[in-house]
Amino acid sequence: MPQPPASSHYGSSVQQNGSYTQGYLFCLLCSLYYLFKIVFPLKNMSSPRFPPPPAASSSFGQVPQSPYQNIAPQATPSTHQLTNQISNILGTFALNSLYCEWLVSTKLANNNLNKHEPLWNKDHLSKKDILIQNSPQNLQWNICLNLCFNLGGSAGPYGGQLAGPQPGFPGSFPGGAAQMAGPPQKKLDPDSIPSTTQVIEDDQAKRGGQIYATNLRGQIPPLVTSNFTVQDQGNASPRFMRCTTYTFPCTSDLAKQCQVPLGTVIKPFATIPKNETPLYVVNHGETGPIRCNRCKAYMCPFMQFIDGGRRFQCAFCSCINEVPVFYFQHLDHMGRRMDLYERPELSLGSYEFIATLDYCKNNKPPNPPAYIFMIDVSYTNIKSGLVKLLCEELKTLLEKLPREEGVESSAVRVGFVTYNKILHFYNVKSALAQPQMMVVSDVAEMFVPLQDGFLVNYQESRAVIHNLLDQIPDMFADTNESETVFAPIIQAGVEAFKAAECSGKLFIFHSSIPTAEAPGKLKNRDDRKLFNTEKEKTLFQPLKGVYEQLCKDCVAQGCCVDLFLFPSQYLDLATMGDVPTHTGGSVYKYSNFQAEVDGTHFLNDLRKDVEKPIGFDAIMRVRTSTGFRATDFFGAIHMNNTTDVEMAAVDCDNALTVEFKHDDTLNEETGAFIQCALLYTTVGGQRRLRVHNLSLNCSSQLSELYKSCETDTLINFFAKSAYRAMLNQPLKNIREILVNQTAHMLACYRKNCASPSAASQLILPDAMKVFPVYMNSLMKTPAMVGSPEISTDERVLQRLCVMAMGVEETQVLLYPCLIPLQNMDVSSSVLPGAVRCSEERLSDNGMFLLENGRLLFLWLGQACPSELIQSLFNVPSFAHLPEELNSLPELDNPQSKKVHAIISAISERRTNRMKLLIVKQKDRPEILFRQHLVEDKGLHGGASYMDFLCYVHREVRQLLT
Amino acid sequence: MATFQEFIQQNEDRDGVRFSWNVWPSSRLEATRMVVPVASLFTPLKERPDLPPIQYEPVLCSRATCRAVLNPLCQVDYRAKLWACNFCYQRNQFPPTYAGISEVNQPAELLPQFSTIEYVVQRGPQMPLNFLYVVDTCMEDEDLQALKESLQMSLSLLPPTALVGLITFGRMVQVHELGCEGISKSYVFRGTKDLNAKQLQEMLGLTKPAGQQAGRGPQTTQVPLSNRFLQPVHKIDMNLTDLLGELQRDPWPVPQGKRPLRSLGVALSIAVGLLECTFPNTGARIMTFIGGPATQGPGMVVGDELKTPIRSWHDIEKDNAKFVKKATKHYEALANRAAANGHIIDIYACALDQTGLLEMKCCTNHTGGYMVMADSFNTSLFKQTFQRVFTKDVQGAFKMAFAGTLEIKTSREIKISGAIGPCVSLNAKGPCVSENEIGTGGTCQWKICGLDPSTTLALYFEVVNQHNAPIPQGGRGAVQYVTQYQHSSGQRRIRVTTIARNWADAQSQIQSIAASFDQEASAILMARLAVYRAESEEGPDVLRWLDRQLIRLFMFHLRRSPFLQVFNNSPDESSYYRHQFMRQDLTQSLIMIQPILYAYSFNGPPEPVLLDSSSILPDRILLMDTFFQILIYHGETVSQWRKAGYQDMPEYENFRHLLQAPVDDAQEILHSRFPMPRYIDTEHGGSQARFLLSKVNPSQTHNNMYSWGQESGAPILTDDVSLQVFMDHLKKLAVSSAA
Repeated sequence: MPQPPASSHYGSSVQQNGSYTQGYLFCLLCSLYYLFKIVFPLKNMSSPRFPPPPAASSSFGQVPQSPYQNIAPQATPSTHQLTNQISNILGTFALNSLYCEWLVSTKLANNNLNKHEPLWNKDHLSKKDILIQNSPQNLQWNICLNLCFNLGGSAGPYGGQLAGPQPGFPGSFPGGAAQMAGPPQKKLDPDSIPSTTQVIEDDQAKRGGQIYATNLRGQIPPLVTSNFTVQDQGNASPRFMRCTTYTFPCTSDLAKQCQVPLGTVIKPFATIPKNETPLYVVNHGETGPIRCNRCKAYMCPFMQFIDGGRRFQCAFCSCINEVPVFYFQHLDHMGRRMDLYERPELSLGSYEFIATLDYCKNNKPPNPPAYIFMIDVSYTNIKSGLVKLLCEELKTLLEKLPREEGVESSAVRVGFVTYNKILHFYNVKSALAQPQMMVVSDVAEMFVPLQDGFLVNYQESRAVIHNLLDQIPDMFADTNESETVFAPIIQAGVEAFKAAECSGKLFIFHSSIPTAEAPGKLKNRDDRKLFNTEKEKTLFQPLKGVYEQLCKDCVAQGCCVDLFLFPSQYLDLATMGDVPTHTGGSVYKYSNFQAEVDGTHFLNDLRKDVEKPIGFDAIMRVRTSTGFRATDFFGAIHMNNTTDVEMAAVDCDNALTVEFKHDDTLNEETGAFIQCALLYTTVGGQRRLRVHNLSLNCSSQLSELYKSCETDTLINFFAKSAYRAMLNQPLKNIREILVNQTAHMLACYRKNCASPSAASQLILPDAMKVFPVYMNSLMKTPAMVGSPEISTDERVLQRLCVMAMGVEETQVLLYPCLIPLQNMDVSSSVLPGAVRCSEERLSDNGMFLLENGRLLFLWLGQACPSELIQSLFNVPSFAHLPEELNSLPELDNPQSKKVHAIISAISERRTNRMKLLIVKQKDRPEILFRQHLVEDKGLHGGASYMDFLCYVHREVRQLLT
Repeated sequence: MATFQEFIQQNEDRDGVRFSWNVWPSSRLEATRMVVPVASLFTPLKERPDLPPIQYEPVLCSRATCRAVLNPLCQVDYRAKLWACNFCYQRNQFPPTYAGISEVNQPAELLPQFSTIEYVVQRGPQMPLNFLYVVDTCMEDEDLQALKESLQMSLSLLPPTALVGLITFGRMVQVHELGCEGISKSYVFRGTKDLNAKQLQEMLGLTKPAGQQAGRGPQTTQVPLSNRFLQPVHKIDMNLTDLLGELQRDPWPVPQGKRPLRSLGVALSIAVGLLECTFPNTGARIMTFIGGPATQGPGMVVGDELKTPIRSWHDIEKDNAKFVKKATKHYEALANRAAANGHIIDIYACALDQTGLLEMKCCTNHTGGYMVMADSFNTSLFKQTFQRVFTKDVQGAFKMAFAGTLEIKTSREIKISGAIGPCVSLNAKGPCVSENEIGTGGTCQWKICGLDPSTTLALYFEVVNQHNAPIPQGGRGAVQYVTQYQHSSGQRRIRVTTIARNWADAQSQIQSIAASFDQEASAILMARLAVYRAESEEGPDVLRWLDRQLIRLFMFHLRRSPFLQVFNNSPDESSYYRHQFMRQDLTQSLIMIQPILYAYSFNGPPEPVLLDSSSILPDRILLMDTFFQILIYHGETVSQWRKAGYQDMPEYENFRHLLQAPVDDAQEILHSRFPMPRYIDTEHGGSQARFLLSKVNPSQTHNNMYSWGQESGAPILTDDVSLQVFMDHLKKLAVSSAA
């Protein structure tokens, strides 16, 4: 049951509906008045207006099943020209032309545009009321806020001066934007629009620190940002599975109508906090886990035991199965088995089974996995100091290889390869006095030159390995080889695992685009001319052929690839990252790596990556109860057929997003069940099955659905689907679809769930009230915005990373955490409260920490108090700070300690180790920082939060009329 | 005037040359009627301790097509300082260094006793010697250990400046980088993929950086004196010893019922390629040690399934040996590449089963390499033989020589048809090349990559003088053999042998021609021809051809020898025997064809006896030398005495001496012969006695034993015809006109 908002932050604009109608109206009037006052001078300037909604907006009526595949192709050349022209005109307006372009192209697609008609209808409203609302029947709270929607600028539709060449998508820079904006177009209190930080704070206040017991069906978990403890009582922890909505619509019609995607984000190996119980391991001996005979679902709390416990009915396919004799147990008066609480598989949402030989490759128990370190020893990596740094680090790092719980030393074997355009394998057998190097220069057909002594137990071969690691930097110290190969080294890894009959992980430390003559040779195909064109997608597409086959080989062998890149220029990350992202691996990139500067960051990442819990050679199956099924999977996965998700490895940070579709009606009574079963090999070489179960509600009331939506999960879903669509579609289409779908979801809510209100009001469901800001941020991410400022590789990297992200990571990525430090309480141990990601929140005399899970900024205002500067940097004032600030010294004073404590607390939460960037106000690198102020207008294009709300509102209104 | 016997002996001792005819018929027609062609056995490096090498270079005929070397047969005009070439009659000026020449002050090359003379070329860099070991690691530990020891030992026999390299192979091929500190490096290659020299060069990183080469310019394209894979012995002695010591058996698992995967073809290819791109035309030995057949990749001779045995002669005849042709082609190509670069390939095959010598034979045969076949590396046969490869002469230089070429120059009346022996053609056309090819023909120059003092070539000539253009009485035909080679000291040397023989008109002087016939040389020359044909043609045809050609005693044994008979021999054995036959000198060749049998008894001193079953008597000890085997056979009675232990009794000391005598003689042979023969000590009824029984003339068999006196000799259980029957047949054939 929703409770009244705990905070009074929304002040006058938030009200309880129903009995307080009077107050509500009053409020509305007040704000209208307020608006008029501000808008008045603008009206005199005869600002241009929006045209009326297109007469026949047929495309909004029925939405295609899979919107990304059915987008109408581009317009004819003439209309193209027109589009450009229009956008040129629009570019002069303050309204971010992103949306104008969408608008226009939508119109063009509808073919309803009369070329002679003025584009902008002057008598259209220049202001709108936007209402954000949640309207369950009784306890409905409306968030009403009124926004001015002004096109600004003084130019009319025809008289507008063209603002230079606009590549279809004007990149606006802080200075330029201000100039073009003309007089300030809105003075609405930005606090009045829904605040993410507020929502996070509220949830933390309401549910943080509490125990979340998973005993109820369709229960909505706390936000990912909140601190809570999970108690598994029959449903999987939200750390493992999180749904877009916890109430599924009963019919596919309803689902289509509301456009809310039904999905779940599964992080099968999610790290469990120390205070929660780790997964129980169930061993049924030689018989293996009990399964439904028909659908093969595993025994779980949802199975119904009948017939005195002799049989059970499968919750997924309703098949009635015999209970095996050894598993028989009497039922109690409630019809539950007597041993319910003794058996994890009957009482818990998540647990593991020991798999029998039937679940192993070739019916042989698997060997423990192996880690192979493949070090590029070409000129770049030697010069940057990487090789030396890495070899030194490995000596200690290898002590911390992941091991099975309760086991003294790791069973993971290690191997070493160095390479440039040829490969060097090392024999580090413990019996040897010194390591042996075996050079393979035949890269055309890769093979592993040795069987015995390549993959060794670190503890046994420690002396030889240390000897080797000492020698590697010297051996190549005066290399001048700059060419490298890439595909052959992965091939070599696969072959090595094949020969050793094990799965494992390759750690590749690579420097440059592989240009040496070998399979998988790449060339520079980075063409900035393609930005914002139909062909932009080719930049994100991996090259087919060699790498495609490699993916298959890797997955078949359970060979996960982790790629650490140290490039100084373009290296076709789209192709190079293809194998890692299909094998459950990660890609790390350190541009222009310098050991002294970036060494710590890299080593932190490496340590975390090597040590993290991981499972190998995994295959996952998502089973659902009747009426719906998993139709689509997004993530760092490989799929050979439509149901089996194959992952060479899956670690604690890997998440995949599953989309569900109806194929029948769902029953409100029984609800919906999801079982995710993951078969994998542990780091100790044990084959196991991990099962996560989740039950959801079903409802024929859309309001129920909207009420139990999970914005963070939704945005994860949208991010992944959009990022995948980037491969096949122009970004313009994707953005269009995202906005359309947002509008649809809101329009549907308005139509079906909200109480009637003025058309000028934008109504947002409570559970989705910050959805637009995330959506807007998603569309402004570097990957989605083609700007010459951002390198293709950087965009590709983001795309690849997001594909494997869980809800927590996407949340913070799309809404970074901005923490003011100037007023921090040195004595308290809690983190200072975050503020909204907007420039307005920054102050000249402030100091802010911003993190998005990948980057960490420390922003220093120009008028930052000298005392603070002194205590943090040990220099007298802001002006004394050096040009290049690379690190934050650790000083012995409370402020410095506190800041370091905050930073480490933040880092602890994140999957990646973040590099600290110190940014001074008005300094060049500030641009990088400002990109992450997601409520503001994007530096490389993209609307501000406010503008986006206005635009969405207009779309909603079009849909409603 | 000495007898022809003496003349022949003298010629052989001085020049290493033996002609089938020592007086030549003066016309083509007559020559063809003689059946046995004018031909010579020539031993280029005939040991001549009395011949000091001359420290200057030979004087050549200035005619471009001739370039014959000044020799004692040339006419010299001492006053005009001119000499006339005895081959083309070109008149040549002596070079300025010969200004002091006069009748009393003649250079050595004009003295008749220097019909064979050796020059040392002073120009050019000192060439290093290369020894590249190619070692199979798919063998039993015991074998490998023995091999490793032999190899380590061999390092001490190499001159310190010689370059050595190591390639090991099993499933993969490893080229070891030598002289690395702290870590041992090797380049590994897949055993199934052949690489050409260029690819190999790139993969081993032996290409010179382009910039560097351009900067240095073409004038200083000096061969690098060593590279990472071939290093001087003195530098990497310890390193290589350790490396060899650490050598392990191929670690790849061999499943039940399979042969180990042995990438011999690729290993050899890489060895050839490595030398090809680093030391072309420099003396080099690729020493290949194999413990079994190649089972994968190019050059494989048998699959890895143990249930399919390696091909036999039967399979080959039935065209049922699917790998033979392809493998042969592979090795032939390698042999030709190695030969073109003057590199030798040796094969030391030690295994109980066949190892594919049939397919690989051209590697040794074309390059003058050694082929050694033994049962195991852990036998004295291998160990001694291998050690003997590094035999040194009195000056302490290796007896072996490298990268040789032989050029033949002839008088106008005679032309060279071809050569048979461990050589390849250099395709040098010239006026003295005959159109009729015998053996490797169509050229007057051959490459002999590996030479030793016993290496002997058979050279076949054709008399081209027409019947109607008679040669004046007393005219002599001359042949000059010019052998250039790399001495093991690194010097280039040229040995020139010039011989002349009288012409005779066959019609008027048939007697003198007949008298000049060298029976032994002819036999070997014909045998070589026969073996050469046997290699390339079907067996029975060759026998028939041979029967038509010649009727002599030797031919009976030759017919029965393993050189022509494949029955009872594996293809590998045949190849091995033929290989040895094609390179050994006359004496050894004779032994191979007709083994020598000595008898030891109380009746008198040891005596050679007929190679006949009648020689096998109970009270005799027989010593048989077949070149490949040294066999001591104790007659029935002798062996009974021995079993009774009479030799240990002081009163029967004479018996002990009798037993010891053949052993001592055998040891003497064993010590001098290369390759070391198999030593067999057997007795009457012993299983090993079969070696003897198969060689002797079966004058008594189970078919006729009762018609002969039962007392003499032992009957042989065979269906082979005896010499007697053979002769009877031949007599009949010889007189019938049908032949």
